[in-house]
Amino acid sequence: MQRDTVSINLGDVGARAAHHEGELYTERMTLNMGPSHPATHGVLRLVLELEGDYVTKCEPVIGYLHRGDEKIAENMTYNQFVPYTDRLDYLAPLANNVAYAIAVERLAGLVLPERCQAIRVLCCELARISSHLLGIGVYGMDTGALTVFMYTFTEREKLYTLFEELTGARFTTSYTRIGGVARDMPEGWMGRVEAFLDQVMPVIDEIESLLTRNKIFLDRTNDVAVISKEDALAYGLTGPNLRASGVDLDLRRDNPYSGYEKYDFDIPIGTKGDCYDRYLVRMEEMRQSVRIAKQVISTMPSGLWYAEDARKIFAPPKAKILTRMEELIQNFMIVTEGPQMPAGEVYFEAENPKGALGFFIVSKGGGVPYRLKIRAPSFCNLSILEKLVPGHMMSDVPVILGSLDFVLGECDR
Amino acid sequence: MQIPMQTFEVPTYLEALGGKARLKADMPAVDIAPDRFLEAVKAILGEGGYALLLDITAIDWGVEADIRFTVVYHFYSLSTHTYLRLTVDCTANDAPTVPSIAHLYPGANWHERETFDMFGIIFTGHPNLKRILMWEGYPYHPLRKDFPLAGIEAPLPSAETAEATGECVIAAPMMGGPFHAAPGGTIANREPMGADQSWTECSPKPGPETPLN
Repeated sequence: MQRDTVSINLGDVGARAAHHEGELYTERMTLNMGPSHPATHGVLRLVLELEGDYVTKCEPVIGYLHRGDEKIAENMTYNQFVPYTDRLDYLAPLANNVAYAIAVERLAGLVLPERCQAIRVLCCELARISSHLLGIGVYGMDTGALTVFMYTFTEREKLYTLFEELTGARFTTSYTRIGGVARDMPEGWMGRVEAFLDQVMPVIDEIESLLTRNKIFLDRTNDVAVISKEDALAYGLTGPNLRASGVDLDLRRDNPYSGYEKYDFDIPIGTKGDCYDRYLVRMEEMRQSVRIAKQVISTMPSGLWYAEDARKIFAPPKAKILTRMEELIQNFMIVTEGPQMPAGEVYFEAENPKGALGFFIVSKGGGVPYRLKIRAPSFCNLSILEKLVPGHMMSDVPVILGSLDFVLGECDR
Repeated sequence: MQIPMQTFEVPTYLEALGGKARLKADMPAVDIAPDRFLEAVKAILGEGGYALLLDITAIDWGVEADIRFTVVYHFYSLSTHTYLRLTVDCTANDAPTVPSIAHLYPGANWHERETFDMFGIIFTGHPNLKRILMWEGYPYHPLRKDFPLAGIEAPLPSAETAEATGECVIAAPMMGGPFHAAPGGTIANREPMGADQSWTECSPKPGPETPLN
């Protein structure tokens, strides 16, 4: 096909622009981002004030997913609340289950058998891998690297199959009970977890090779949204976001629970606190989680998966309920009146994938909490947006949101 | 089974301000008088070295209680890796007030907004005290003990929509419900039900007449 080349004379563009300079004007614009926007990862709404391409003011509006979990908790027994904890950080329900169960067990003064603790640690670390896989996958999408999502979701899918086998549900696991877990691990499950862990390490390397030295990814994340150490602490950031800012705090090491002190692992710390550091910290945390999970599997103790001295708290085995009077009464009391707790106030935090998930429980005795407050890491992590976003370009906003890796189910409760 | 709930010693800098130990706690827990509260928080941040404010919340002790609202703060120290709980009672039950600490811990901003939203506690000196989880203009404070689990009829967030449609937010139909049974009483009362739902089909819930369906 023949093509003709036509040359067009544009003249002196600069001179013409200068001639019209007096006519150019800018005005501040208010832009509503969300609550239904793919980059806000849920129902977060940002009211942005823009000057050209730059954000001058950012007001996060939350509460679109508020379900009144704390009010509901005051009206049901301790065990009945377990399914509601699934729906806090719904990307790591197993870790929420464990955090809630330990909080109530601290109130009751229960000591769990080693096997139960080890199962819970394994659950927490698998939940962390699954949450970070999703976090990094969608973060890649936010920065324009769509392929990463396919890799991470394939792996997450395999994890969900393992969760299904363990708990009976892929998403809303509700696996823990006060004083134990719902059931022991299925036969051969640990072997399948180990096989998964062996094959996930090369995939993490592959994701790393797609992102870590990727020029576009670096341009979009490096030096963007730097959170200083002081700011991170002042706004109560926790988890990977806090560690990326260079604060060395990990509750698994500093206030060990559920037997974390038995395992060797390193805690990655960022140097700058920008979006790139937050990505690097999550990548390394996945590797460390694999390391912990492998140690748990190789040292899995035998024994019971529930505390035997938890009478009036943990429902007895089904076979005993059906054949013995004492256990039948015990089960009836637990179901109708709830596990009986002493009076007191307890606050427990666990190092969840998103940060420190805390439960503050006020008990007046009996089977129902008088007040249950959920300290949600995403809530605190989002409160810094008001300070963090202004001064950045509009196109940086999805990257900043992706780097904070929050979940609105937990933020709004 | 051991009972871990115990009483911890009050740190000296809080004892000097008249702080009293809270009973049955799992960590050092100090009750401080409202007029010494700001001094106490400054001491916790300065001398105590608790750099991380984890959480602010409140407890409603019931409509009949002499002191109805207690505000609870949780701090964490990065040097000693210990927790500290500080509680302060609100003196006035009808208009509970506590000084804001948002100028000391910027993270307190949202926590105080949430506590105001849920309990109606006014944090004096707060830069932007407005609702955070419920919408602006919502008339109730849902975590108060006199607010029913099912909710109360309330106008829609948007006044124009409410006017055009005549709709409103109605209470949840939760007769019976998957909740716990109150201890004691006859066997009929031991059917699991919502703790604050003594109403049935025969004796409807008090309040504005709303058809449930």
